[in-house]
Amino acid sequence: MTNDLKILITGGQVIDPGHWNGVADVLIERGKISAVEPNLQSKLQKVKGVEIVDAKGLLVCPGFVDLHVHFREPGFEYKETIATGSAAAVAGGFTSVCCMPNTHPINDSRSTTEFILAQAAAAGKARVFPIGAITKGSKGEELAEIGELFDAGCVAVSDDGVPVMNSLVMRRAMEYATAFHLPVIDHCEDSQLAPGGCMHEGAVSTELGIPGIPKATEEVMVARNIALAELTGSRLHLPHVSTVGSVRMAREAKARGIPVTAEACPHHFSLTDEAVRSYNTNAKMNPPLRTDEDVQAIKEGLQDNTIDIVATDHAPHAIQEKQLEFDEAPFGIIGLETAFPLTLSLVEEGTLTLEQAIAKLTREPARVFDLPYGTLVPGVEADLTLIDLNATWVVDTARLHSLSRNTPFAGWTMKGRVVKTFVGGTVVYDREDIL
Amino acid sequence: MSFKRKDLLGLASLSQEEMALILDAAEPFKEVSGREIKKVPALRGKTVINLFFEPSTRTRTSFELAAKRLSADVVNFSPSSSSVMKGETLLDTARNIEFMQADILVLRHSSAGAAEILARNSRLSVINAGDGWHEHPTQALSDLLTIQEKKGQVRDLHVAIVGDVAHSRVARSNIYALTKMGANVRVVGPPTMIPLCLHRLGVTVYHDFDEAISGVDVVIMLRLQLERQGRSLFPSIREYARLYGLTAERVQRAAKDVLVMHPGPVNRGVEIAHDVVDGNAAVILEQVANGVAVRMGLMYLLSQRN
Repeated sequence: MTNDLKILITGGQVIDPGHWNGVADVLIERGKISAVEPNLQSKLQKVKGVEIVDAKGLLVCPGFVDLHVHFREPGFEYKETIATGSAAAVAGGFTSVCCMPNTHPINDSRSTTEFILAQAAAAGKARVFPIGAITKGSKGEELAEIGELFDAGCVAVSDDGVPVMNSLVMRRAMEYATAFHLPVIDHCEDSQLAPGGCMHEGAVSTELGIPGIPKATEEVMVARNIALAELTGSRLHLPHVSTVGSVRMAREAKARGIPVTAEACPHHFSLTDEAVRSYNTNAKMNPPLRTDEDVQAIKEGLQDNTIDIVATDHAPHAIQEKQLEFDEAPFGIIGLETAFPLTLSLVEEGTLTLEQAIAKLTREPARVFDLPYGTLVPGVEADLTLIDLNATWVVDTARLHSLSRNTPFAGWTMKGRVVKTFVGGTVVYDREDIL
Repeated sequence: MSFKRKDLLGLASLSQEEMALILDAAEPFKEVSGREIKKVPALRGKTVINLFFEPSTRTRTSFELAAKRLSADVVNFSPSSSSVMKGETLLDTARNIEFMQADILVLRHSSAGAAEILARNSRLSVINAGDGWHEHPTQALSDLLTIQEKKGQVRDLHVAIVGDVAHSRVARSNIYALTKMGANVRVVGPPTMIPLCLHRLGVTVYHDFDEAISGVDVVIMLRLQLERQGRSLFPSIREYARLYGLTAERVQRAAKDVLVMHPGPVNRGVEIAHDVVDGNAAVILEQVANGVAVRMGLMYLLSQRN
């Protein structure tokens, strides 16, 4: 993705969390950031071959990094391919995404990892980083070849979608992963605790007669995994934290110096189980939408950095799979193209500063998985996102880039819109091309 | 006031007036079922489809008789499995029925919300004949009619609903029906069978049956799903029957003229003792008779919509 062209992004409000927050020009040379300074334009006026991108009135920030997506390739290409998923990513401002291994076959091998990387390179949109399986076939029994997966390019391991129920297997996985300094992600759910459960267990599930998933389903596994991280010294990443208790345990674990990081999904701080009332299968995901007190706890967790990052858990499903009875529809919603405006709403309401919100989409996720992105310091790959913070738009599912349409935010008016996305100095998304 | 709805999906969204309207419509049809020629032409030329995804004999038969006594053409359609298993979605099945120009679709389904999803996507009048653990509105309306007939009114009566409330659509519909009509509702069962936040539906929760039954005017026993044993909801049928079975001795603790109700089918000797089923307080068979009348009244109202 490198090119010889020099690009100067002028006059934007640049936020590179921890490094820059103010109006500046950004110079890109040979696909890398070479300078972030005010008034670079006047200094460079005589230089030939500089393409100017006018970013006046726009936010210029590092490209977003999503540690949790499901691109359904290989195996479920009718839901999403790596090409359509990465097109959705860059349309949502994401330049790096980490894809979970619950494909078919499960990504528990070098060949599947290499296939994903090859498909991502061919798509030429976002950077795609595979996450390898913890156990062979994600069956929770024998360790996958984690060393080989690391060598092939996996940036973390997880059996996402299913928990590793056997605590000894989880202990061994965590111990083993420390040899490669790989983060271990466990889908925290005691699957025996909520047989048939398909929404939060509470007042709404009681009224609707839908089998419930109590908060304890998540919390008992969060507690176990924190205990195992303490035992093994392994890096533990808690995905899609959805309950008060999980936030509290993550906070306490961090205070005690256990190497725990945590993520929250936009739907978990934007919606509650009330969204399920009309048996809306696009409000069905796992972990489920919880209650007001959980939403509040997640916001507090984001505020005090108990929750390090925002991740989408982008989980595409075909229309015919979601047009089913509530209990028969699959879990999951798409999120890449709505994540930024939903996160920006936390800024609008005063929960986060704009720089904090951007950090949770850029610098922080890059830190959690040791990715050399999420920043604009000179020398790094020029992955940037240009955003019109004041643009409002209505979510029209027909115009999303994802192959699937399963979002509970259809018809919502969103504030904040991605205008242009660069990966390695190349424009991979330009809203003007669509207009 | 007239009944303006296209469908009957549940009682949670129905007003007291709407429920009263259905009961008023049912009343005259009781007499029809007692005639030698049990038929009126109210739904002549209309088509009613009974689409039952769960096995049911009594509810399906009750709907079928109700439709036939109104002179409708009735077709029973009982796919043995859910939509995913049989490869056609519920909505596709419903669209096919819609384009066969049916008028009323009676749906029994194991998924909560199935009737609502279908009604939203179809021009058919949909009657929920039971959806998962959610609602079974015509059963609760039959129960209301029975109570109203025997007691004169429902307001201020003390009613106990006993058993596996968590997994019971009859319980939910009865809770909505009775609380909206002004009854005081107690719910009784082991904590494993009482769903979270149930008190928010305006009921009082008890775990001690002897305490809960004291002085009540009506006892509604729920059928114990025997196959639930072994799923840690209760240790044994023996213990369940001892703690939550309705015995003649327990009936004595209720009000003198208590009504004993059960939606059927009855597990004699489990949730209700043999002699109580056949005793003077039981109105279980009246509930069945009223079930036909309520379904006739409801189908009549839905067919009058246009």
